[in-house]
Amino acid sequence: MTETVEHLRDFNYYKLNQNVTQVLAEYIWIDGTGERMRSKTKVYLTPITQLSDLEWWTYDGSSTEQANTKWSEIYLKPVVYVRDPFRGDPHILVLCETYLPDKKTPARYNFRWIANEIMEKAKDFKPWFGIEQEYFLLKRTGTTHIWPLGWPTGGFPYPQGRYYCSIGERNNFGRALAEAHLRACLNAGIKIAGINAEVAPSQWEFQIGIAEGIEIGDHLWLARYILERLGEEFGIDINYDPKPILGDWNGSGAHTNYSDVKTRGEGGYKYIVDELIPLLSNTHKEVLKLYGANNEKRLTGHHETSSYDQFSWGDGSRGGSIRVPVVTKELGAGYLEDRRPAANIDPYLVSAVIVDVALLNSTYVNQLKQLLVQSAKPLA
Amino acid sequence: MTETIENLRDFNYFKLNTNTHVLVEYIWIDGTGERLRSKTKVYDTPIKSLDDVEWWTFDGSSTDQAITKFSEIFLKPVCMVRDPFRGDPHKFVLCETYKPDRKTPARFNFRWIAEKIMQEASESDPWFGIEQEYFMLKRTGTTHLWPLGWPVGGFPYPQGRYYCSIGERNNFGRALSEAHQRACLCAGLKLSGINSEVAPSQWEFQIGIARGIEAGDHLWLARYILERLGEEFGIDINYDPKPIQGDWNGTGAHCNFSTTTTREQGGYEYIKEFMLPLLEKNHQKMMLLYGLNNEARLTGKHETGEYNQFSWGDGSRGCSIRVPIITKELGKGYLEDRRPAANMDPYLVCSALVDATCMNGKYLMTLIEQFAESLKQL
Repeated sequence: MTETVEHLRDFNYYKLNQNVTQVLAEYIWIDGTGERMRSKTKVYLTPITQLSDLEWWTYDGSSTEQANTKWSEIYLKPVVYVRDPFRGDPHILVLCETYLPDKKTPARYNFRWIANEIMEKAKDFKPWFGIEQEYFLLKRTGTTHIWPLGWPTGGFPYPQGRYYCSIGERNNFGRALAEAHLRACLNAGIKIAGINAEVAPSQWEFQIGIAEGIEIGDHLWLARYILERLGEEFGIDINYDPKPILGDWNGSGAHTNYSDVKTRGEGGYKYIVDELIPLLSNTHKEVLKLYGANNEKRLTGHHETSSYDQFSWGDGSRGGSIRVPVVTKELGAGYLEDRRPAANIDPYLVSAVIVDVALLNSTYVNQLKQLLVQSAKPLA
Repeated sequence: MTETIENLRDFNYFKLNTNTHVLVEYIWIDGTGERLRSKTKVYDTPIKSLDDVEWWTFDGSSTDQAITKFSEIFLKPVCMVRDPFRGDPHKFVLCETYKPDRKTPARFNFRWIAEKIMQEASESDPWFGIEQEYFMLKRTGTTHLWPLGWPVGGFPYPQGRYYCSIGERNNFGRALSEAHQRACLCAGLKLSGINSEVAPSQWEFQIGIARGIEAGDHLWLARYILERLGEEFGIDINYDPKPIQGDWNGTGAHCNFSTTTTREQGGYEYIKEFMLPLLEKNHQKMMLLYGLNNEARLTGKHETGEYNQFSWGDGSRGCSIRVPIITKELGKGYLEDRRPAANMDPYLVCSALVDATCMNGKYLMTLIEQFAESLKQL
């Protein structure tokens, strides 16, 4: 929640820009839940023109569940920066990796380092991604009860069918936030490709793509950061739970569209069907562990999902694990859509494991799984 | 519903520069045949013409246009206008919907056959003016809807005072209809006027003069803009032919129509002697294309003609076809078909009119079959 500056007779702090030569750098990182983000501001007295102008920093990891009190310092290593759409030029948002005091061991829930390694190894194959991030808009009543925006408190709206890509008072809730998010991301230079209202009322989706390699994780996390910050402004809570409401209501996914030089080249469709899909099928159970906690609640086989335990695929079908778009079949080459990932995934893990299975013979799968298990353990 | 940006201390996200990107809003008619859906695609290159806008796909199983197993429906861009909400250079693109073979129209896509008919009849140069009526409703909770300004669960003063009214006691919702007019004009749509209607919180806007397929395109885009504005105002737009039972008007979409022949010397006689008999002959068939539940509206009262009975008159509003006084005076001009309901598909109505009067009803049965096919459950 933000407080309005009521008593200031038109005095707008956001316009206090004259004579400000400092650059405000918002350091952003993934916290000890693996799903939420944190940030704090550093004032630079000199212009920032490249990544190396940004210093490593530290923070209190014992307050973000990433360290215990005795050894609480966690390092922030800047890895990507973009324009800050809230503060405007020249201010920036700086996405960071987190490290233990030795500056080498990744802190809890930092998976970017290994995703980067994997993407480096596979870079000649130019893996491209597009992720369709779904999310629910929730309104809070009091400090505990949260319910989707526009739904009657403690009750349910008309059944699904009318809300997907809907317009109008009776069917569309929260467009202003989705629109503001689109603009803020574009302004920041994030690779956002579109938005639409989703199947469940007050459920939305934005797409990040086409991004190559490590970029997809970077841009998706930054987009999530911007969305959460906008939620503050609008008084709306952003929810990535794979199945927030039980019953005949859609869950939230993060379908991941993937291609590489092999799928995009001559005979790509055949390669997808004959070679890539079997690879995905064989690693189904392993890979699912990296596709979001509580995803079993969402992948039921209903509501345009496949079954959690069962791998399946189809051309143009939305009821399978993998959908091969009709355009891919038509053109004989293109991309596929992995519909298994839940909305609460870490895109570094998902993009890395897809590349690993498709291009690196699944050599990293076990390590990725172990890293996740390690992070999920409570701190000593 | 939209949340207002209360706490942003003058920070208006809608003014954020989107650099060189163009936001294209793809718009289509969904599996109800009455509602529209849309989603945004970000383009990195300038969009100068329709050719720059690609075909796209959507999840037809979420709009009642496909089943989950074969859910892809193609969007074919057919008409592009400025986006009045986002401003230049952003666009609205109206689309036709097609099944995965890219050839078979999806459920409730009638534009393809309307375009064919308009092309065949192009020598007749059909002109249209459609008077789209609608009710403004307010929601209480998520289920109960009642007209704007009416006492909740009750009724206002009887009709008589509301048509083209002004003033606090008689006019409800002008801000929305005015915003709609401006947004449509800004988008480049052929909106020709607005007025408040006979029932309280009932309004009308007119699209015209539009030629051929344009009438359908512009009317659907105007409906899209109206619905989007309704979100902003917290008002629900209703096209039900007879939303409130009792002594309250229903909602129509009178279709004004002319061809080269009606517009030239002897046009009035041509309308009387040639067109009206054709319309009478095809009355039952055309009624099937003029909007669902229209029987509830065409009662013979409240300035309607009776559903089962074809009738016409010079300057009369109590019948199926009204020939305006001015057409009689000048000896040429247009006629007004008062039968279509507000929830009609203008592609069907306009092409049926052209087909019945200029092509001897060649396509009427096809239109009826296509419509019946779309009405079937998936």
